[in-house]
Amino acid sequence: MRDMWSAIPVRGRVMLLALIALLLAAPLALDRYFISVFVLIFYFAFVGQAWNIMMGFAGQLSLGHALYAGVGGYVAALLWFYFGIGPWVGVFAGVAIAAVFGAMIGWLGFRFGIEGVYFALLTIAFAEFTRIAFDNMAFTGGAGGLFLLYDPHRTHEWWNLRGGPLLFYYLGFALAASAAVLTAWLARSRIGYQWIAVREDQEAALSLGVDVFRAKMIAVLISSSMTAVGGVLLTFYYNNLFPGQAFDIGRSIEIILAPIIGGLGTIFGPIVGAFILTPLGEGLIALTAKFGIDVPGTKAVFYGLTLMVIISLRPDGVWPWLKRLLGLTETKS
Amino acid sequence: MNLAIVLNVVIQGVLTGLVYGLMALGLSVIFGVVRVVNFAHGEFAVVAMYAAYLLFVTLGLDPLISLFPIAAAFFLVGFLLQASLVNRFVGRSEHEQFILLVGLAIIIVNGLLMIFGPDARPTNLPYSFDSYLLGPLFIDKARVYAAIGALVVSAALFAFFRYTTIGTAIRACADNLTGAAVVGLNVKRLYALTFGLGLACVGAAGALMVTIADASPLLAQAFTLLAFTIVIIGGLGSMTGALVAGILIGVSEALASFFLAPSMKSMFSFALLVAVLVLRPQGLMGRRV
Repeated sequence: MRDMWSAIPVRGRVMLLALIALLLAAPLALDRYFISVFVLIFYFAFVGQAWNIMMGFAGQLSLGHALYAGVGGYVAALLWFYFGIGPWVGVFAGVAIAAVFGAMIGWLGFRFGIEGVYFALLTIAFAEFTRIAFDNMAFTGGAGGLFLLYDPHRTHEWWNLRGGPLLFYYLGFALAASAAVLTAWLARSRIGYQWIAVREDQEAALSLGVDVFRAKMIAVLISSSMTAVGGVLLTFYYNNLFPGQAFDIGRSIEIILAPIIGGLGTIFGPIVGAFILTPLGEGLIALTAKFGIDVPGTKAVFYGLTLMVIISLRPDGVWPWLKRLLGLTETKS
Repeated sequence: MNLAIVLNVVIQGVLTGLVYGLMALGLSVIFGVVRVVNFAHGEFAVVAMYAAYLLFVTLGLDPLISLFPIAAAFFLVGFLLQASLVNRFVGRSEHEQFILLVGLAIIIVNGLLMIFGPDARPTNLPYSFDSYLLGPLFIDKARVYAAIGALVVSAALFAFFRYTTIGTAIRACADNLTGAAVVGLNVKRLYALTFGLGLACVGAAGALMVTIADASPLLAQAFTLLAFTIVIIGGLGSMTGALVAGILIGVSEALASFFLAPSMKSMFSFALLVAVLVLRPQGLMGRRV
């Protein structure tokens, strides 16, 4: 832990502490709407970090991460819905089952040498398959969705995630921050270096005695577990789940945008990406409403355009560039 | 009796599958030669559907005719897109290409949503409800025309790659990029031509698709996945593979939506995709690399 801290230049430490203090105090000054925007930022920073571990470090392109978030959310929601088992227990069940899915996909992909786009399509196939299955299962609510009762008399039950936006603000913040710390720690651990070796040159890593299969499996297990936790958070925040949304490829794409736009394989990339993209989306909604062009789709057209511009101008993501701009010289892991 | 029903469903699946196959052929050409994952492929198909719909509503053009101007326009769009934008992403990592094309896909779908709204637009051809009666079989006339159209366009593409100099040059780029560059082929221009050809295929397929489905922005993503599924099942780089896999997927969708539920129709496609990836990664008709 200590050497992680000392690896950050002094200037960076000051900025980081200031940012943490600012975010901890921010709800005092923010209204409900802005708090809800921050909840989304934290959620995307968190699941983005989970995806970053798998793609940015271990180099495995997953386009089906909605599967893990959806499974985590559904398992915890079903336990709560049918048995009244709270999400603090349910999250473990959700993580376990999402990890089983992750292990299955990982085993098939890595054992049979499915790589790159092919691996990405394998992950999409699993997510879509699960979506269709959930669409047609009665006990999960089917395509009509699963709804968690919002009981205003139970909003004090923070331990059951039955609170308001403020609860989710701090929970989201804690998750995003711990994910960043975990990633920083992993990046400096033995497995982190093995991931980078696998990402850069699998054959070379293999010849140096790295257990490539094991390294990739650990990445997919950690990544799917973390993503499932994110799914539980989002489910209890929104109180509803639809297979067509939860497992949709659009959801998977949302998850991967922040780390790519922010900077793959960096600790702060997913965070920076989430801080750019979520306010961008919200800002576009506000702008289009203000100028009276509230035709459905307007916001998304600008959003798509922004993605194309950023990836054309900053293919390595915004963070490496921002880091130089801020005069921080933390070496890229 | 029962067999006749199954046969009807299968034939319908085969005819639809040929149009799917043509759409996938476009992707196979782009993916196989330029090595860019065109995640906006289904979106382009839907744009072509709207174009065919508009040409039918305004000028009364049958999609079997309008597919030619649409394919020509799509060729131009593809050529310019590759020359101006996508060429810079060739050889870059897949996730960068992915973001670029997903950005494009988002723009296309939501542009269509802004212009046409979310409601599906049907193209009511005069022969939409006609069918050929062959003993116990009812075969939709519109689907037969669409399938023939798909076969004709595919045959033209086969012939182009087989017998023309440019077609041979493009195949050379796919087989050995360095070699192609060494013998003096203008790879970037050939890539632009290839992307254009791929989009011409998807343009023609989209025009034919209006005889089968109503134009709607919501179809786009499913079409993209469908095209990738078909290309991988058929085998990357195999043109017959794309058509055969298109038929396979068309039939499995038709059977599943008839015997199970329409919402479950693509379940088998994805199961098949996983099976092929694991057991026969080069695809049903692809060559082992």
